Amino acid sequence: MSGDAPSGDPQSETALIELRGVTKVYGRGQSEVAALAGIDLSIAGGEFVAVMGASGSGKSTCMNMLGCLDTPSGGEYLFRGVDVARLSKDQQALLRRHFLGFVFQGFNLLGRTSALENVELPLIYRGVSSRERRQRALAALAEVGLAGREKHTPAELSGGQQQRVAIARAIVTDPMLLLADEPTGNLDSQRSVEIMRLLTELNRTRGITVVLVTHEPDMAGYASRTITFRDGKIERDERSQRDEPRA
Amino acid sequence: MMLAMLGNTVLMALREIRRNTLRSTLTTLGIVIGVGAVIALVTLGQGATDRVTNEISSMGVNMIIVSPGAMRRGGASVTAQPLLMADALAIEREIPVVMAAAPSAQRAQLVIYGSLNWNTVAVGVTDAYFRVRNLGVASGRSFSDAELQAGSTVCVLGATPKKELFGGEDPIGQTLRVGRVACEVIGVTEAKGRSTFGMDQDDYVLMPLVTYQRRIAGSVNLGSIAVSAVSEEATHKAKTQIEALMRERRRITPGKPDDFSVQDMREIVETLATVTNVLTALLGAVAAVSLLVGGIGIMNIMLVSVTERTREIGIRLAIGARGREVLMQFLVEAVVLCMLGGIVGMAVGLGGSYFAAQAMSLPFRVLPEIVAIAFGFSVIVGVLFGFFPALKASRLNPIEALRHE
Repeated sequence: MSGDAPSGDPQSETALIELRGVTKVYGRGQSEVAALAGIDLSIAGGEFVAVMGASGSGKSTCMNMLGCLDTPSGGEYLFRGVDVARLSKDQQALLRRHFLGFVFQGFNLLGRTSALENVELPLIYRGVSSRERRQRALAALAEVGLAGREKHTPAELSGGQQQRVAIARAIVTDPMLLLADEPTGNLDSQRSVEIMRLLTELNRTRGITVVLVTHEPDMAGYASRTITFRDGKIERDERSQRDEPRA
Repeated sequence: MMLAMLGNTVLMALREIRRNTLRSTLTTLGIVIGVGAVIALVTLGQGATDRVTNEISSMGVNMIIVSPGAMRRGGASVTAQPLLMADALAIEREIPVVMAAAPSAQRAQLVIYGSLNWNTVAVGVTDAYFRVRNLGVASGRSFSDAELQAGSTVCVLGATPKKELFGGEDPIGQTLRVGRVACEVIGVTEAKGRSTFGMDQDDYVLMPLVTYQRRIAGSVNLGSIAVSAVSEEATHKAKTQIEALMRERRRITPGKPDDFSVQDMREIVETLATVTNVLTALLGAVAAVSLLVGGIGIMNIMLVSVTERTREIGIRLAIGARGREVLMQFLVEAVVLCMLGGIVGMAVGLGGSYFAAQAMSLPFRVLPEIVAIAFGFSVIVGVLFGFFPALKASRLNPIEALRHE
């Protein structure tokens, strides 16, 4: 994966993520609700994609699908060419473990657990030795600008700092895909800008593909591509040629 | 790597337990009490068994008690012919493996000294009584042959009436009344203390058998004859021969049941040991039930914990934990909790029974296998009662778990 990935051809072989006619239906019979009504989407490695849409538009369902937390009712989701629906639950967990990183709106850190231990957590499941775990977690925390706060628990950190810890936890495993679900939803505008810069930085320098769910156009402005959902379908798919995110 | 993973899981569990110290403590209390109770009760029970055995052995395992009236289960007892002095003499004379035969008879009496009185037992004895029962004289002297034959009004006090009637005063040479008989105190026996069953073994007044028969009982019937064999090995032989001799003396035709009983101490020891063992087992079973109840407490708290930590489980699943790893985590947590409870319970049980044994002056005898079983049981309880909550945790849907408030 190259650092500054160009917006690729949607049908290219190098697509990291490919959705083909994906549908998701909740409930049965009369109470059937289609959260996703046929999505075709391709995201190449190294892209920074913002997903927008009103609540109930299907963007969260799509996000869960991309994160292998949910499986499609119809269609195919290919991650690096592998059909995720055919994988067992355990294999999906392993796929998350080795290729994905999550950042949530509510931070979702373990309470009463130090920043360092929070960041080490995914490495524990990867079976990394405690020594290497520590080194990598320290490096990840330094990368998000939290050197010196390793021993702090979430309660002792500000919202912006907590989100940085969460980002450090997501990137400590060198994921291919970082899924950020409204990461700035709980933060003031100053912190939001800092978090977005950090994500942009990670996208550029480390070539991590970022998919960002947001309902704030300002935040979407940092992405090189914006996908807008409406009623379970993709309404718009726009690419911006902006190289430098606006401050 | 599998091992390293388990090590990490144990560390995580310990951290989690420490995080909720109060709750963890309360949860494990059931296990602590269960394991502690099993160990303490069985240890004390074993101590009691040992002490009963030792106590009776100290009376002499080679002792045989002959008493009138056969011990019968149900049905009417055969009308017993009394035991007489002649029987004791015959046993001593005719059975070579018998070292001594001590005839005795006893009756409850009020003993009065000055303004004080004490309800005790007057026992008529011969000099053989001291030998057969292993009874020593602490101060003064025992009965002389002349006193025994003449039926003199002299007595030897047990430690209890001495304390109750004389306190710190020297009783030797004083005169007290046993019932209506005035007796001079010539000695005090050595104290034996309380028996395992709480019976005061020093509460008696000894007097010459002849004196007792003439002045108190008004009859020559004996209560029992304590016989000691020359050795422990000879006890059984002595017992058989005594039975034959007694049947002959009482003219019991073959096929008819004995109208007397001959018990050797070993039999009594064995019977009592059986009784205390059964008691120990029962107490142990009750304690085991409390261990089970403790396990239910663990399950309860683990279920609460799973609900409370739903979001944490969601996070773990999202970052790539497999169901089995979450299951392992909660299972290990329950087991570690139970093991900690088991360790504390072991300390409490052993410590408690040590002090209780001291207080009750019982021997402190630890049965390592019981300690191991109690601890092992607590681990099994952890696995059994931790499994269901852990399974529940591992089956959570990550999306819903993450949304959980």
